[in-house]
Amino acid sequence: MSKIALVGMGYTGFTRSSEHLSFREMVYQAAVKAYNDAGGIDPRRDVDAFISCQEDFWEGVSIADEFAPDQLGGVLKPVYTVTGDGLHCVANAYMMIRSGVADIVVVESHGKPSEIISMSDIVWFSTDPIYVRPLKIPNPHALQALEARVYMRSRGLRREDLGLYVVQSLGNALLSDRAPYAAKLDLDGYLEAEYVVDPLTAYDIAGYSDAAIVAVVASEEIARKLTDQPLWIDGVGWATEISTISMRSMEEDIATKLAARMAYDQANIKDPGREFDFAEVDERYSYKAIQAIEALGLARMDTIASDLRGGSFSRSGSLPVNPSGGALGEGVPLEAHGLARLLSAYEQLRGRAGRAQLSGAEKAVVHGWRGLGTSSSIVLVLSR
Amino acid sequence: MKTNVYVKKRVAVVGAGLTLFRRRMLETPQELAWIAAKRALDQAGLELKDIDCIVSGSAPDAFDGVHLKGEYYSEGAGAIGKPHLRVYVGGGTGVFVPIAAWWHVASGLCRRVLVVAEEKMSSAADPHPQAVFRHIWDPITEKPLNPNLIWIFALEMHRYMHKCRVSKEDIALVSVKNKRNALDNPYAQAAANITVEDVLKSELLVYPVNRLDISPVSDGAAALVMVSEEWARRLTDTPIWVDGIGYTLDTSYWTNRELSFPVYLKNAAEMAYKMAGIERPMKEIDVAEPYDPFDYKELHHLEGLGLAPRCGAAEMTREGVTQRDGDLPVCPSGGLLGVGNPIAAAGLMKTAEIFWQLRGEAGKRQVRKDAVTGLAQAWGDLMQVGTVVIMRR
Repeated sequence: MSKIALVGMGYTGFTRSSEHLSFREMVYQAAVKAYNDAGGIDPRRDVDAFISCQEDFWEGVSIADEFAPDQLGGVLKPVYTVTGDGLHCVANAYMMIRSGVADIVVVESHGKPSEIISMSDIVWFSTDPIYVRPLKIPNPHALQALEARVYMRSRGLRREDLGLYVVQSLGNALLSDRAPYAAKLDLDGYLEAEYVVDPLTAYDIAGYSDAAIVAVVASEEIARKLTDQPLWIDGVGWATEISTISMRSMEEDIATKLAARMAYDQANIKDPGREFDFAEVDERYSYKAIQAIEALGLARMDTIASDLRGGSFSRSGSLPVNPSGGALGEGVPLEAHGLARLLSAYEQLRGRAGRAQLSGAEKAVVHGWRGLGTSSSIVLVLSR
Repeated sequence: MKTNVYVKKRVAVVGAGLTLFRRRMLETPQELAWIAAKRALDQAGLELKDIDCIVSGSAPDAFDGVHLKGEYYSEGAGAIGKPHLRVYVGGGTGVFVPIAAWWHVASGLCRRVLVVAEEKMSSAADPHPQAVFRHIWDPITEKPLNPNLIWIFALEMHRYMHKCRVSKEDIALVSVKNKRNALDNPYAQAAANITVEDVLKSELLVYPVNRLDISPVSDGAAALVMVSEEWARRLTDTPIWVDGIGYTLDTSYWTNRELSFPVYLKNAAEMAYKMAGIERPMKEIDVAEPYDPFDYKELHHLEGLGLAPRCGAAEMTREGVTQRDGDLPVCPSGGLLGVGNPIAAAGLMKTAEIFWQLRGEAGKRQVRKDAVTGLAQAWGDLMQVGTVVIMRR
């Protein structure tokens, strides 16, 4: 079977506010950069389909799909929305090309959380209206904090271990141009921070940022014409676990585990702990990144605490995780966050990561999660 | 756009299921989704554990009043521990779900896919779920005018009537036909034996739209099971193949468009026809389920689909061509006007109806002619989406 490639990416934003641009202008800017990056494709002539990943409530518009086509150049062409993380759109592009119904597919996701004035209300609207919403818990992060406690206890992780991860990630983010929350922090500074919800401090919880990201996915044949450096999508997997807070497993990230299994099967990955040169994982919460590293098979449950303490996941470790920072440093541009991880992996594998460049990186695993209150994850395997 | 020249795998529908379509159903969205899903699985002779992937659809989150609605109802859609994606193109979603399911199977990633669409509109807003549609506009250029969905469809209907010289009476015939067809549909909410006179005399909402020109507010769910060719052969002697898929989206700036003809639908249909190898749709399509949330839309869509000559759908309807025993039966299910309009579920209901018609399982709704090829279509967003599937026996 012929392969599927990522041939171009473009982005705009990663700022804490963006009042000078509408979301459509942001997407337009990102799209123009991505089309140029993909060898100068013309969306009106060359692209078979466009996919937008967004959610109505984040947009503040019902049926936000209506506003997807113009800024991408997709008017009167196949365009649709997936209500998922940007990586779910990449999964659709992957399937469309594999099925033979398209050769070039454009994927877009964006987020403008700076324009949302009632974020915690919107988050509450994502909970079950009968069983959870009436609890009116004042801080929605409490739902994740419960999970953090359970997970930490079961793996012997201490607060200092979360601190270690946070210090490392915010430090890595200093090497990136896209990280408004990057910081030079030490463990003492971390430990002095107050809890937002026990055991999480403000450092453990990613902030928000505004961004738009566009990616161009193509069949092998087209990819070889467009670029000398196609990146191959070797596998994609995604899965949903039960999201009801009272019923879901908090000791492990089952959705990520299932998604990884699906992606690794396609990519023929037998020993994920050794086969990847680095990993890009969702770190909307510090503990969640650690949980994902384990669920992706990059560490074992009984040794993950000691691996973390031994620096295995640092830039110089055996498996660098988020080597140019992650959500903690970049902020979360809502559904575009998965594409932000993909973008970092793309730059690393193409040797365009600037100061954050690792040497000789050939193969990476990219992970996304749909955020607070959900148990949906997606995993991509990418190689040079 | 590409055609099926490169498409190597065939995808079949092997089961379908519906819930009742009703206003103010007592079931939760999750329960509705599962009732339909279970019925589709039963017809396919499969259990949930046999399903590899779930593809679902639902229109605005604001109807169910739940953010990340796809995550919320995933349990009811049977998605726990499985890959699940929710796709969304407004009112066009119902027919888009099987389109997305098609590439889940045709890509080889999934072999047996459960396709679910759910909508629970009735409890959406006070005093009426229409209020949700106050938030679908461009927030800067349109929202300040506080438009309502019926207003803009009245504009489109009026434009169509003017441009094609179509009368209110001709349009009302569609409502009469579909509501009567729905009398034979056990899931129907708005089945009735009415006359053209009844439609014209019903309450005027926004000229030229009267109350009986519009489909009702509904709750409901629909589901299909779609599988690879190998599994289709194993499961049934009468698989129904999805041979063509097509969809396009027009500009958000609906005010700048000629509303009398749906170009986006023409493009979508051409894509699907090309893929299915159909050159003369008027002759080759045996039964059609175009989207009919308003009666004029059936005529509008028949023309966009190339199943009627431009401005010729009213005459076809008058002559009885679109009746269940006519040459081109249209909306034999009773359509949205008769069965009801739980948005995404209504589109998928149309696909299910074509499946049953081609299998000869539509009971009293069975069309007279021997139907081999059928088409289902939906429409949505700001009058800008067309989604089309073509199915064959």
